[in-house]
Amino acid sequence: MLEIILERFNYIPIIILMMTGLYVVIATGNLVKRLVGLSLFQTSVFLLYITMGKVFGGQPPIIAGDAHGGDAGHGADAAAGYAAGHGAEAAAGHAAETAHHVAEIAYSNPLPHVLILTAIVVGVATLAVGLALVVRIREAYGTIEDDALNAADYSLETGSAE
Amino acid sequence: MDMLASLLPAGIAVHAPALIVVIPLIMAAVAAFMPKGLWAWGVTLVTAIAVAVLSLNILGQVSTGGVISYAMGGWLPPVGIELRVDMLNVPLLLLVGIVGLLCVIYALPSVADEIAKKQQALFYSAFLVCFAGLLGVTITGDAFNVFVFLEISSISTYTIIAMGAGKDRRALTASYNYLVLGTIGATFFVIGVGFLYMATGTLNIADMAAVLEQNGHDRVTQAAFAFIVVGLGLKAAMFPLHVWLPNAYAFAPNFVTAFLASTATKVAFYALIRFVFSVFHPEVSFVALSFTWLFAVVGVIAMIVASVQAVFQTDARRLLAYSSVAQVGYMMLGLGMGTAAGLSASMLHLMNHALMKGALFMALGAFALNFGVRRVKDLAGLGQTMPASSAAFTVASLSLVGVPLTVGFTSKWYLVTAALERGWWWAVAALMLSSLLALAYVARLLSAIWMETPPAGKAGLAPARRLAPWMVLAPMSLLAFANIYFFFHAAPLVGLARAAANAVMGGN
Repeated sequence: MLEIILERFNYIPIIILMMTGLYVVIATGNLVKRLVGLSLFQTSVFLLYITMGKVFGGQPPIIAGDAHGGDAGHGADAAAGYAAGHGAEAAAGHAAETAHHVAEIAYSNPLPHVLILTAIVVGVATLAVGLALVVRIREAYGTIEDDALNAADYSLETGSAE
Repeated sequence: MDMLASLLPAGIAVHAPALIVVIPLIMAAVAAFMPKGLWAWGVTLVTAIAVAVLSLNILGQVSTGGVISYAMGGWLPPVGIELRVDMLNVPLLLLVGIVGLLCVIYALPSVADEIAKKQQALFYSAFLVCFAGLLGVTITGDAFNVFVFLEISSISTYTIIAMGAGKDRRALTASYNYLVLGTIGATFFVIGVGFLYMATGTLNIADMAAVLEQNGHDRVTQAAFAFIVVGLGLKAAMFPLHVWLPNAYAFAPNFVTAFLASTATKVAFYALIRFVFSVFHPEVSFVALSFTWLFAVVGVIAMIVASVQAVFQTDARRLLAYSSVAQVGYMMLGLGMGTAAGLSASMLHLMNHALMKGALFMALGAFALNFGVRRVKDLAGLGQTMPASSAAFTVASLSLVGVPLTVGFTSKWYLVTAALERGWWWAVAALMLSSLLALAYVARLLSAIWMETPPAGKAGLAPARRLAPWMVLAPMSLLAFANIYFFFHAAPLVGLARAAANAVMGGN
């Protein structure tokens, strides 16, 4: 039992972060704090992706040796990533020979890192738009507390004073 | 179809799948630098025309030459990113392209009225980014790319919804709530894609399906399925996850509401179909269970509960927004049948609903443009003062109820037929009940428009007739006309829907 948990120890901080983030989003009434929770939640997913790319005993995915390989190097890179994903499936074309050579050394899978770079950009953009909205809400309502906002909107809808 | 396929020179036609996404993205940057709103609108219009032509051309290519697979940047799939068009996503491309073009024509007077002059160019730019994102989700064949395009469209959607703040500050809170929920949805989706990547080692959707079919399913793919359904369900406003939608539609600028209501949730729904049917096979036991016990059930609940909520709304646009949630319920029900007939009924309703809601929200926008009305009771007497817009509104709302001679009847007919084929009498009963409720809320709108007298203007004079600008009237009338035309000439849309269902169900 302990072994099973320890083998998957990377999931423990991920789950804790994820649940903390979601809890903050749901529980707090402050709009900025809610965005903080949202970022925490997204960050836990970044960790999920990054840790899944790790291959035990794997080297960093940088091909040693011929640094000026040009196109062939690119092809091998892609082929290595593909081969890592697909197990022993061989890649076709001129990259196959290089890929075969590469496959002798175990590399960590670089693809999840690349994906997460994109996801980080998405997260930053979301946070920026969210904070800009909070600024505008503060200007329009004079508060960033959810309860006060609801009260203001309610009085607007019913036409009664607070 | 041959004519459509040869619409563009071969050199451009080959790259059409890439261009349809790239052109709006680049033009978004161009529009942002335009000094005047009118110029930015011109850029947007040219882009929308280009996209509509490209989508027609792609329809021609797919119908004559079969599935298009475009290797982005020359990197062959499954390593590179693949753009893939088959009969399932071609209707969506066409829908976004054509309805997008109509909405852009409609936009000029509406945006000039609602958005501050200085912000108009940026507004059009954000709209084009959203447009590109929706087209990207539709056309891509790469699971992670779906997430990226989904977020491109969502983030720009949050900003253009918030632009409604010039008229009503509640647009800001509506947009903020959408941002929080939308991001949770997108993150759930990306967790699901991550699990699928763990299980299959590939991100290409077609490749994923092949690997899953070979390896079978385990707990990881089940978790992936749950995360993806929740994530995309949130974007598509599947019933308990729809809370962001009514306020977002009610307070966004009118043009944005008309565009989003007819495209955004549809595209998310397409992505859901793509994952549920193509990546996970409908015959896998847990997927089959989810059809009956999840999609069909939430669909039926949405059809009834959201319709009841719609009956009691005071804001006209929020009323129609709740009705949209109910209509998504119809589509979910069709999906939940798990048969080719059910899925094609669902796709048909998806297209028809875009025609109805596009016309309805455009008409409400026209009312708001001339008289600044938003609430149901303010619609009183508009039948006398704005007869043309009111007529278009009436046709589309009758279509929403499913009155014969309109497309709403056609898609409900196919849904009922599919339900009976499956032996689901309760679904038919729910459909009838929901249609009655739709009649109730539509009757509220129509009786206000046609039966009541317009409120007297200054000095007790009856307000004069006012026509909406032709740029508002033309796209709205065209959509309303389409609601009738496609009842009598149902073959093209039904054919597209059938082909879409067969493309994923592997039928004839």
